[in-house]
Amino acid sequence: MTSFVSNLVLIAPEAGLAITALVLLVAGAVRGERAGGLISWLSAGALLLAALWVMRDAGSSAQAFNGALVFDQLASFAKIAVLISAALVLAMGNRFLRDENIIKYEYAILVLLAVVGMMIMVSANDLLSLYVGLELQSLSLYVLAAFNRNSLRASEAGLKYFVLGGLASGLLLYGISLIYGFAGTTRFDGVAAAAGGHMNMGLVIGLVFVLSGLAFKISAVPFHMWTPDVYEGAPTPVTAFFATAPKMAAIALIARLLNGPFADLAGQWQQVVIGLSVLSMTLGYFGAIMQRNIKRLMAYSSIANMGYALIAMAAGGVVGVSALLLYMGLYLITTLGLFACILAMRQGEGMVERIDDLAGLSRTRPGLALSFSLLMMSIAGLPPLAGFFGKLYIFMAAVDQGLLWLAIYGAVLSVVGAFYYLRVVKIIWFDDPGPAFVAPSATLSLTAGAAAFFMLPGALWLLPALERWAQAAAAALS
Amino acid sequence: MTTLPHILSLITFMPLLGALVLLLFRITSRGEDAGIIERNAPSVALATSLITFGLSVWALVDFNVADPGFQLVEDIPWFAGMSYRMGVDGISLTLVLLTTFLMPLCFIASWGVVKERITEYMIAFLLLETLMIGVFCALDIMLFYVFFEAGLIPMFIIIGVWGGPNRVYAAFKFFLYTLLGSVLMLIAIIAMILVAKTTDVTVLLTYDFPPGMQTWLWLAFFASFAVKMPMWPVHTWLPDAHVQAPTAGSVILAGVLLKMGGYGFIRFSLPMFPDASHAFAPLVFVLSIIAIIYTSLVAFRQTDMKKLIAYSSVAHMGFVTLGIFSMNFIGLQGAMFQMISHGVVSAALFLVVGVIYDRMHTREIAAYGGLVRYMPVYSAIFMLFTMANVGLPGTSGFIGEFLTMTGAYLVNSWLAFGAAFGVILSAVYALTLYKKTIFGVITNPKLEGITDLSRREIIIFVPLVVATILFGIWPSLVTDITEPAVRLLVEQAAPTLAQ
Repeated sequence: MTSFVSNLVLIAPEAGLAITALVLLVAGAVRGERAGGLISWLSAGALLLAALWVMRDAGSSAQAFNGALVFDQLASFAKIAVLISAALVLAMGNRFLRDENIIKYEYAILVLLAVVGMMIMVSANDLLSLYVGLELQSLSLYVLAAFNRNSLRASEAGLKYFVLGGLASGLLLYGISLIYGFAGTTRFDGVAAAAGGHMNMGLVIGLVFVLSGLAFKISAVPFHMWTPDVYEGAPTPVTAFFATAPKMAAIALIARLLNGPFADLAGQWQQVVIGLSVLSMTLGYFGAIMQRNIKRLMAYSSIANMGYALIAMAAGGVVGVSALLLYMGLYLITTLGLFACILAMRQGEGMVERIDDLAGLSRTRPGLALSFSLLMMSIAGLPPLAGFFGKLYIFMAAVDQGLLWLAIYGAVLSVVGAFYYLRVVKIIWFDDPGPAFVAPSATLSLTAGAAAFFMLPGALWLLPALERWAQAAAAALS
Repeated sequence: MTTLPHILSLITFMPLLGALVLLLFRITSRGEDAGIIERNAPSVALATSLITFGLSVWALVDFNVADPGFQLVEDIPWFAGMSYRMGVDGISLTLVLLTTFLMPLCFIASWGVVKERITEYMIAFLLLETLMIGVFCALDIMLFYVFFEAGLIPMFIIIGVWGGPNRVYAAFKFFLYTLLGSVLMLIAIIAMILVAKTTDVTVLLTYDFPPGMQTWLWLAFFASFAVKMPMWPVHTWLPDAHVQAPTAGSVILAGVLLKMGGYGFIRFSLPMFPDASHAFAPLVFVLSIIAIIYTSLVAFRQTDMKKLIAYSSVAHMGFVTLGIFSMNFIGLQGAMFQMISHGVVSAALFLVVGVIYDRMHTREIAAYGGLVRYMPVYSAIFMLFTMANVGLPGTSGFIGEFLTMTGAYLVNSWLAFGAAFGVILSAVYALTLYKKTIFGVITNPKLEGITDLSRREIIIFVPLVVATILFGIWPSLVTDITEPAVRLLVEQAAPTLAQ
């Protein structure tokens, strides 16, 4: 009985969020459509409270429900990142949804449920809890993608995502069943024991299937096909959500899976991860060059960024994972800032999405232009901005683990990336201004400004803190 | 004068402070206020750069010339083993002084000439100054890289916003070319840090990298510095960048940014990878001689004045690489002197072109001719810098070319022959340019009544004229400062050749 209570205490943030979602669902059903804005804010508050709760327990390490879930530094790192991103997305998107007349209370509730799924994913210590968390997340995301149901583009995005996502889930489940068949257990420690013996072909094949299913979630090439369409079709706040929280959760999950139960098969999965990484970087960067829509550009950018994250994943170990987490942390901050800027792209008659609409922004809205440019240059990896240090860590981890050529390839390719990120900077600064944007809401200005501030001067003293935290989280795996 | 604590940080970040003040006013101001800021931004920028120059002179006074090591060192631990570590020796201090000396001239040259987005222009230049000084002062290899790369951003903006008609193409070419070279250096730096377990340049200078590793480390650094110099055949970004950049941008590009490549060779490639430097020296020699002769010939055929001077810069940087990789005392002293001299002379030549461009809005050589009739003072100044560019004795250009050729002669007399041949060619194109623009009859009716130098323009040229002649007749002003550091470098890089 006491163990049951202590288990409940451990999953209090998850359980609390799930209960909040249900209560708000009832409240929404009672209050009707008008309650959309209020429920969004309440959900954002609940997410922040959950983040504080996780932060309070961050130092400890424990298992719950007979080892199905684990609560360690890695899980706390990923959870806090997911919770804060989700809360910010809710706060930023409110005005957009109201202006586009699609504010519905289900939106915030779906985000809450997706977040609960992600929290279970990053805490998963058993293939079954992994699958349950992943599916809770995915199902919520399918609905969110098609959330603007009157828009043809959004419905197409939702359908595409659902069909391809279903395929990925099938692959994942098949892989899990193979692993269970050869290891005789779904618990991670049991799988680790099975993988530690002589090389077992069945386990390797199972792992490849699982990796394929998970690669879909982080949109790594060749499982990326849904990304540009979904990013473009979904309402922009939903796109911001897609680009941040689920990526972090899936990356943390893969890191735990590869460096925990499958640590002894490093020689096998490393090749797969390197392959995914090279393909993602290449396709992401070259695919982005010709894009005209800023949301599609962000889609290719996130594919490429996942490619870089996978360099660190391939390096593995504490060095690799801490570089990975640091990179992901910076990626989240940058992406949230960028989406705040994109959400601010609103002219008199409504939302605009073409990159050319940014022309001459430096004259019409200098503050926004400065934030936008700093964030773009940071994600391009130009020193002295924070994004450079993220890439630096990844290259250091790769060179340290003997993946010299992968590091060189990534570094050379970042020049291609610099080209299209700078194209946005060029349009903002060099071109003649078009119609001015309407004044963005305070939340958007604040998020964009804070993210940009973190990229430059803030990086100097916040990066060391983030680095220590990432290292502590990575150490939880060893 | 007493020693000022943290003087290098003060010098480095003084321009940044000015830029931040301007930025703050720019973002917060609306309507009427914005106009006031636009009018006053040039004075703020000029004052900031003058204070910076004053501080760097103070640093020179504090500097002990006899000591070959790093001085005025500051060291604050940062993260991941990196530190904020600054310090200068004779080699870097002279380049810092060159930077802070040229910067106020750039602001005076832009006064009233730049009419659009003045505040942003000043901010970009001040940022660039901070980053350039940082490159020369950084004693942490990662910090060096950060400054080195970050300098691309303001230059990209300067060319792209205030440049000529084809500015976007030039800005991107400049940026991507240099970035591609630099990322390879980044990987090499990472490998060095992981092997040597430190980012401290002073430690790395004496660290023995295994010869096999030296080879590819050298090549990676070479990729970056050769593009920056620029050496033939990776020089093609330079003419485009120069032609499109505003006058002050060209001045900084030729005066300081190109020197980063030479500084990189002297500071990193030579002492850190001495074996590889010896092995690759013949390659550098060949490229340098090709650069000197080939780009001189190309310069001769140019119809655009700025392009002509840009190609002549490539040729003159060929002397620098020749001197550096001769790896003897005279050659290295010559390379250092040539960098300073070229920094002054080519900057002056771009300003000279800027003067008539501001009046006529064309840089076509064919549009000019007979200027001496209306612009006697201008013609005299143009003459002086043309002669300095050719390397006439009595000007600073002569000292640099003479020393580098002597250094090259000690290695191989044919090298000196090739270089001397380049000097003749430089006389051909420089004098032709001068003849076509200044002498002859006025064919272009628009030139009638063109005005001579204004007071503002004379103020710009006086310090440059003084520096060119002073360094020409009293070269030890520069060589005394660089001598101990260069001597130490020769001992580190080429113990057998030290003399």
